[in-house]
Amino acid sequence: MAILEKTELVLNAAGRMVPEIANGRPQIPYLGVGKYKPDGNKAAPPIRTAADYPESGDKRVADLETALRKCGLRDGMVISSHHHLRDGDRVALMALEAAARIGVKDLMWFPSASFPSQKSAIELMASGVIEHIEGSMNGPLGDYCTQGKMRGMGVLRSHGGRWQAIQDGEVHIDIAVIAAPTADSFGNCDGSHGKSACGSLGFALADSIYADHVIAVTDNLVPFPCIPWQIQGNNVDYVVTVDSIGDPAKIVSGTTQITRSPDRLRIAELVALFLRDAGILRNGFSFQAGAGGIALAFVSYLKRMMKDAGVKARFVRGGSTKYLVELLEEGLTDYILDGQTFDLSGVQSMANNPRHVATSPFTSYNYHGKGNFASLVDAVVLGATEVDENFNANVVTHSDGRLLHGIGGWQNCLAAGCTILAVPSFRDRIPVIVDQVTTLCGPGELIDVVVTERGIAINPRRQDLMDAVKGSKLPIRPLQEIKSEVERICGGKPQRLKRGDRPVAVVKWVDGTVLDSVWQVV
Amino acid sequence: MSAGIETPAKPAGEAGHWGADIRSDVHVRIEPCERGGIEVALESRVKPYYGESIRRQSEEVLEALGVKHARVAIHDEGALPFVIAARIESSARRAGLGEGTRVLPDRFPLPEPSARDRMRRSRLYVPGSEPKYFINAGLHGADAIILDLEDSVHPNEKDAARLLVRNALRAVDFLACERMVRINQLPLGLEDLEEIVPESPDLILIPKVESASQVIEASQKIAEIKANYGITRPIWLMPILESALGIENAYEIATVTQEIAALTIGLEDYTADLGVAKTASGAESLFARQRMVNAAHAAGVQAIDSVFGDVGDVEALRVWALNSRAMGFEGMGCVHPVQIAVIHQAFAPTQAEIEKAQMIVAAYHEAEQKGLGVVSLGSKMIDAPVVQRALKLMARAQAMGLVR
Repeated sequence: MAILEKTELVLNAAGRMVPEIANGRPQIPYLGVGKYKPDGNKAAPPIRTAADYPESGDKRVADLETALRKCGLRDGMVISSHHHLRDGDRVALMALEAAARIGVKDLMWFPSASFPSQKSAIELMASGVIEHIEGSMNGPLGDYCTQGKMRGMGVLRSHGGRWQAIQDGEVHIDIAVIAAPTADSFGNCDGSHGKSACGSLGFALADSIYADHVIAVTDNLVPFPCIPWQIQGNNVDYVVTVDSIGDPAKIVSGTTQITRSPDRLRIAELVALFLRDAGILRNGFSFQAGAGGIALAFVSYLKRMMKDAGVKARFVRGGSTKYLVELLEEGLTDYILDGQTFDLSGVQSMANNPRHVATSPFTSYNYHGKGNFASLVDAVVLGATEVDENFNANVVTHSDGRLLHGIGGWQNCLAAGCTILAVPSFRDRIPVIVDQVTTLCGPGELIDVVVTERGIAINPRRQDLMDAVKGSKLPIRPLQEIKSEVERICGGKPQRLKRGDRPVAVVKWVDGTVLDSVWQVV
Repeated sequence: MSAGIETPAKPAGEAGHWGADIRSDVHVRIEPCERGGIEVALESRVKPYYGESIRRQSEEVLEALGVKHARVAIHDEGALPFVIAARIESSARRAGLGEGTRVLPDRFPLPEPSARDRMRRSRLYVPGSEPKYFINAGLHGADAIILDLEDSVHPNEKDAARLLVRNALRAVDFLACERMVRINQLPLGLEDLEEIVPESPDLILIPKVESASQVIEASQKIAEIKANYGITRPIWLMPILESALGIENAYEIATVTQEIAALTIGLEDYTADLGVAKTASGAESLFARQRMVNAAHAAGVQAIDSVFGDVGDVEALRVWALNSRAMGFEGMGCVHPVQIAVIHQAFAPTQAEIEKAQMIVAAYHEAEQKGLGVVSLGSKMIDAPVVQRALKLMARAQAMGLVR
C-alpha cells in the first residue's frame, strides 16, 4: 500500500484541518456533537454452523501459530487485541510475532490500546509485518507514529468509538485474539479469576461478537463451564493454552497510591468540594473518576464528604481501585459498574461481590446503542494535557505535538451531567491552559468545569452550575484569568511550535467522524 | 596552570540541580574566560517552549552581573524565571564574578504590611533550596509561609538558597499568607538579612535564641538595612527558643524589643539539649512549653508551638494541636500542607465556646448601654477579664470566618 498517500485536507465543524481519506477509506469530517447519524444495518460476522465445531466442545489447538493458520491469516488482514492486561500483556505481541513467523505482511493491528511494553511492535512495523495501528498508542508507539515512521495513518478512537467502528463496519476484524485469565476448552473466558486475573474483559466483547475468527489464549484452563463467561465460547473458534498471558505485576498494581503532591491534593479536594457545593453530591448520585493520583485523592475526599452529609451513591463507575471498593463495602454506593480494574482489591471485589459488575463499552459508551449510560453519570472527573479558553481539550498529544496517550473512555465520558477536568495549571513551566490545543479531542461545549490548583473555572455555557455554587467559598474564576496568571508566572506565553504539514494520525469523535489530525513532528 | 589556548580566568562556579528527578530547578555552570564573549550551552526540558526566553534571560542576567567572557552551561528542568536568575547569580558569585551586584527579578506588588497581633495559627515551612515548593505555597491557606534558610538547607547551599528566597520574596505571590523567613543562627543569619531584608519580609524567625542580646544584634542589623533601603513597613521578629537556657530567658527575650510579635519553641533541639527523647505526648517538654506560654503572655506577644513532624499521622496532630491550644498557644508550624486544615480546626473555638462568648459580649454591651458598672449574665456577675477573653475569642472567631 502506498505510504500515506497524498490526501486532501478539509476544514471540519470544529475548525480543524482533517484528511478526507485515511488508509484508503473516505472519512467524514466532524459535523458537531450528535450530528452524524448513519443509517443502514450494522455489520455482522459470517454465518457459522455448530456442526462445524467439535461436539466434544474442545476447541484447543497446539499453539497460536496453528490457530492463526486455521483462521486463514493472510497479508493485509486486521488482527485485534485488547488492553485488559494493560502494560503486562504478552498475548498481543505473541500473536503478532506468530504472524511474522508465518510470513504475512501489511497487517493492520487493531488494539483497544497499546502500551510501552509492546514497543517491539515498532520492529514489526519496520519489517513490514504491521502496516499501521488503529487504536490508542501510549508512549513509544505514539512517538514512532508522530515521527512519521508508520506507513499507514494512525486512527485514534475512544473505547466507545471502537465499538462504533466495529458495529457500523468502518473496521472489519479478521481475527480477534483474546487474552483470557481463565477459559475452558469451549472458549468461554473470564477475567476475574486465575493467576493473571485482571477483572473485566469488556474491551474484547465487540471483537468476540463481530470478528470473522476469534482465538482465546489462556494460562488457566478450567473444565467446562468457565463461570462467569464474560466472553461466550459460542463466539470462539480456537483455544490456545500458554504458560503465561502476562506479567501479573504489570497487569494490576498491588496498591494504587494516592498522590502526596500538595498541589494535586488541592486539586482533588477542590473537585470534591465543587461536587458538594454544586449540589451534585446527593442521595442516589453517581460519578466516575479514573485511577490517576488526583482521581484517587478525589475519591478519598469525596468519601469523607459523603459520610459527613449522610449521602450514598446509586452507582460509581470504574476503572475500579481499592478506594471504590471501600465505598461499596462501606455501603456508600449500591454498585460499581466497572470497565476495567486497576488493582488487586478491584479484581477480588469483582470476583466476589455481585454488586461489583463487569461492564463493556457497549453498555457504557456505545454510539450505536439505543442510548448508553455515560450520559446517566452525574459527574465525571478527567485529566487532560491541554485545555483552551473555550474549554476545548486535548488528551492524546503533548504541547510539543508528540502522541503519548490514548483517548480511552475520555471522549465518551464527556456525556456525563457534569464533566470536570482536574488538571494542574502548568507542568514544568509549560502552561496547561493554552491559546489553542495541539490536538482537539473533546469539544468545549461538553466540558463544564476546569479545576486547577489556582481555582475553578466554570464553562459559561453552564449558567446552572454558576448559580449552584453562588455564595460558596469555592475559588471560582474565569478560565482566562487563571490562564493569564499562569502566563505571568511562567514568564510569558510559550513559543509557538512549528508542526509538520503531514497528518500521521486522525482523532475520531465518538460517532466515527474525524475531529482532528495529529501532525508529524518536525 | 595549564597550557590550553583559553586559559580560564578563574575556577568555574556552579549552582542548582538537574536530573530526571529534579523539577522546577536549573543547574548553571559558569566558566570565566579571558576572551571570546559569552557562550551559552542550553539543555532544557522546556526548550521548545521557553528556549529563546531562557537564552535571552541568561544573557541579560550575565550582562547585569558584568560578566563579559564566560562559557555557560545550563541544564534546565523547567525552572521559573526567578529561579533561573538566582541560579545564574549564584554560580557567577561562586566563580568570583559579579561581586556586589544583585540581579533582581520584577517585583510582584507587596501585600499590605502585617499587623503585630495578626492571626498566626499555621505557618508552613518551605525549604529555601527547593524552588518547586515556592510557587504554590500560598495556595494552601496557611496563615504564613516560612521560607527556610536554616535547618532544611545544606551548609554548602546557604549562599544559593539566600538568593532563591530573596528572588521568591520579589516574584512569587504568596496570596494572603504572611511572608516569613527563617534565617540561620547568628552570625551567619546576619548575612541572610543582607539579602532578605531589602525585600520586606513580614517577619523574621531567629533560630536558637538563648539571650536578649542575640535578638538585639539581629534587630540592629535589620534597622540598619531598612534605613539604607528606606523601608518603613514593619518587619516583625519571632525568636525560636530551642534550648534550656533559651527557655529560662524567655521573658527577657520576649520583652527586648517591640518588634517581637511572637515566641516559638523548637522541640527537636530542645529535647536534644536535654538529652531526652521527643515523645508523642510531649511530657518531656511540658515545662518548657508552659514556661514559654507564660513568658509570652506576660510580655504581650503570641506563643506559637513547634512543628509536628509526622505528616502521615493526622490524628496525632489533631490531639497535639488541641492540647496546644488548651495550653495557651495560638498556632503551630506545619511541614506539609495537609496539616494546615487540621491545625486550623483545632485552634478554632468550639461552637459552645462561641455561644457562651456571644452571650457574655451581649451582656457587656447591654451593661455599657445602660451605664452599668457591673456586667451580669442571669444571676451571675461577669468579671472584666472574662469579658476581655470573650471579646478576644469573638474577634478570632470572626477572623476565622466562624461567625458573621
